[in-house]
Amino acid sequence: MAEPVHASPAHEEHHHEQSFWRKFIFSTDHKVIGVQYSVTGLAFLLFGFVLMMLMRWQLAYPGEPIPFVGSLFGENRAPGGIMLPDFYNELGAMHGTIMVFLGVVPLAVGGFGNFVMPLQLGAPDMAFPRINMISYWCLFMGGVTMFGSFFLPNGAAGNGWTSYSPLADTALNGQTAWLIGMIFLITSSLLGAINFITTAIQLRAPGMTWMRLPFFCWAQIVTAFLLLLAFPPLEAAGVLQLMDRVAATSFFIPDGLVIGGEVAEFSGGGSPLLWQHLFWFLAHPEVYVLILPAMGIVAEVIANNSRKPLWGYRSMVYSLIFLGFMSFIVWAHHMFITGMGSVMSTFFQTTTMIISIPSVIILSALFISLWGGSIRFNTAMLFALGFLPMFGIGGLTGLPLGLSAADIPLHDTYYVIGHFHYVVAPGTLFALFAGVYYWFPKVTGRMMNETLGKLHFWPSLVFMNGVFFPMMVQGLNGVSRRLADGGITYDFAGEVAGLNRMMSVSAWCLAVAQIPFIINFFMSIRNGEKAGRNPWNSTTVEWLAPSPAPHGNFDQPIEVVRGPYEYSVPGSDQDYAPQAEPAST
Amino acid sequence: MEIPYTVEAHPETGLNNGKIGIWLFLTSEVMLFGALFATFIMLRLGSDGQWAHMQEEAELNIPLATINTIVLIASSLTMVMAWASLMRGQLGRFKLFGWATVGCGGIFLVIKYFEYTAKFAHDHFPSSNTYLAIYFTMTGLHALHVIGGMAWNAYFTGPGSKLFHTNRQWLTDRVEHSGLFWHFVDLVWIFLFPVFYLL
Repeated sequence: MAEPVHASPAHEEHHHEQSFWRKFIFSTDHKVIGVQYSVTGLAFLLFGFVLMMLMRWQLAYPGEPIPFVGSLFGENRAPGGIMLPDFYNELGAMHGTIMVFLGVVPLAVGGFGNFVMPLQLGAPDMAFPRINMISYWCLFMGGVTMFGSFFLPNGAAGNGWTSYSPLADTALNGQTAWLIGMIFLITSSLLGAINFITTAIQLRAPGMTWMRLPFFCWAQIVTAFLLLLAFPPLEAAGVLQLMDRVAATSFFIPDGLVIGGEVAEFSGGGSPLLWQHLFWFLAHPEVYVLILPAMGIVAEVIANNSRKPLWGYRSMVYSLIFLGFMSFIVWAHHMFITGMGSVMSTFFQTTTMIISIPSVIILSALFISLWGGSIRFNTAMLFALGFLPMFGIGGLTGLPLGLSAADIPLHDTYYVIGHFHYVVAPGTLFALFAGVYYWFPKVTGRMMNETLGKLHFWPSLVFMNGVFFPMMVQGLNGVSRRLADGGITYDFAGEVAGLNRMMSVSAWCLAVAQIPFIINFFMSIRNGEKAGRNPWNSTTVEWLAPSPAPHGNFDQPIEVVRGPYEYSVPGSDQDYAPQAEPAST
Repeated sequence: MEIPYTVEAHPETGLNNGKIGIWLFLTSEVMLFGALFATFIMLRLGSDGQWAHMQEEAELNIPLATINTIVLIASSLTMVMAWASLMRGQLGRFKLFGWATVGCGGIFLVIKYFEYTAKFAHDHFPSSNTYLAIYFTMTGLHALHVIGGMAWNAYFTGPGSKLFHTNRQWLTDRVEHSGLFWHFVDLVWIFLFPVFYLL
């Protein structure tokens, strides 16, 4: 224990010149891979956002030609620039798939997890650097498959991101490509999860006990377990659906299925509900895969910028582990309207109410951590503070959906869309932006611009709410989701259909609000103010490494001597005490 | 750059990285096959009593499957012998048992091939009914795992065995880990055989 074993003298690494391809493309350095993941994730977030902006035109102005770009989509998607319902479905399904599996997960887990976690642990790299590289390239292949499926003769998958059977089994669009893409993405996540857990168990620096781990690392570990155990059932489901589509089996095809007035040529005997069970067995833990790394980032940023220890660190960690465990037994609350019976519904309602408790503990602890702090309102902190109420709204609007009596009328309305977008968009995405601003100096050695950052935050906050709050209002009025005309043909939507224009304008303004971020991002790489090792006066170990950190990470042996958030220690001459002192020992 | 604990065991966990990695991988494999066995149960329960009829119609070849079971169990034995030979530093015996393991995998696949083609010859396809669908899917996925295991073992026995002369402990660990995977693949078959052929 006393002997620091992670010493990797920097001079050995520096003279070890690698070719461009080994260094930047097929790199095994966790930091380069983390950046590859992040850039891929950010690019797909933008792409998924563009798909949604097209949909928002159709919702606000149904039946009117799309301005400027309408002619690009060809006669079979948008004749005369007017979006066909099938094209709308294609955009909707791919928006969900891309945002979840190619946007948020690569950025939150692959990007931040890969880059930050080994540094925070005091490790020289991941436990399996080559598997790490393969994991990224599997994700890349999955991304290429998903993106390429738009160019198939019948277009990309258009059966919702949930791909419910039997529609997805029999649809003529790119569902097969979707399944193949998903198998790549699942493989990528599995390899990543194995790597993350092994690294956390084996490669912690001497003195880095479990209760000295930064909260972000705990979030990544629990997330990795969710990915490891929840994704294989979806892989199984994907294989079965692939068999249904390619080998004409009937896993999800019931007896006597009628398509277009004719009995379909399947043997039947399968169960469409089986798909839903297998899908949601993954997809509910997946919700926590999206939110836990975000909570981890927010905890780091809040502790650092309120200059206080996290309030209730242990209870937060235990809540996190409990949350991870519970997330495996709540999945059927997505299926109340399938008529599972009241016994099943009661069980899943109970577990769903229970799982809200640890989330509330974590959020409350983060709020209380602010109490009495001398808060620095930099851009990272603003995004982290924005996360708290936004995730709060998202979480609280979920409670009625966890009770079947309230869920049955609300299910498949815009209320559900509003709910989970509050969790993932102004929730998780704000946390991810906070992470970008916070760790950018460690990645590039330069600070991002604060003025442009604030120009990014405030409009984003306003327009995010402009997009998602009206959805709650529409949903409570009963407007169904997945209607290609936004519901104007329904009488009850009359009063609230006009909100569609407000939401669409907000969405486009939200896009404009991202321009300062994009400019800031690229400008700061070259011209940002130079950052030292520890520009935020932070305690955690990643800030002891040089910015940017070399291959092998640390130029001095790391030995951890105290907990992760020792800020404002009474009697100390500076207001923070790093987890590991520079090696005078 | 050297990753710590690639070969030597971590003083606190007593394990090297690869051992933890392979066990984590196997837990995910348990979830994968677990989901497929759950599917099997759902389909069987939802078959309105037609399951036994479908099974009878499929006429799976129990003697061939029994031979295959014996072949796979034998291969697990040779796998352990290969690892034990490495532990004793006997490269020649390791190669013998290593190739025997790969060979058993090959025999298994050849027998499986004859079983499949016999089904196809009688117009029994995955699309015929849900029993054949889950039979072909699960045994097919298992066969893919056999091919994967054979590839790993062939690599470690063939070109990968050069490691014997530079880092014998590492090679021994690698063979042990690929052996854990091989035993898992064996174990899946031990479940598949009674579930499809005997029950």
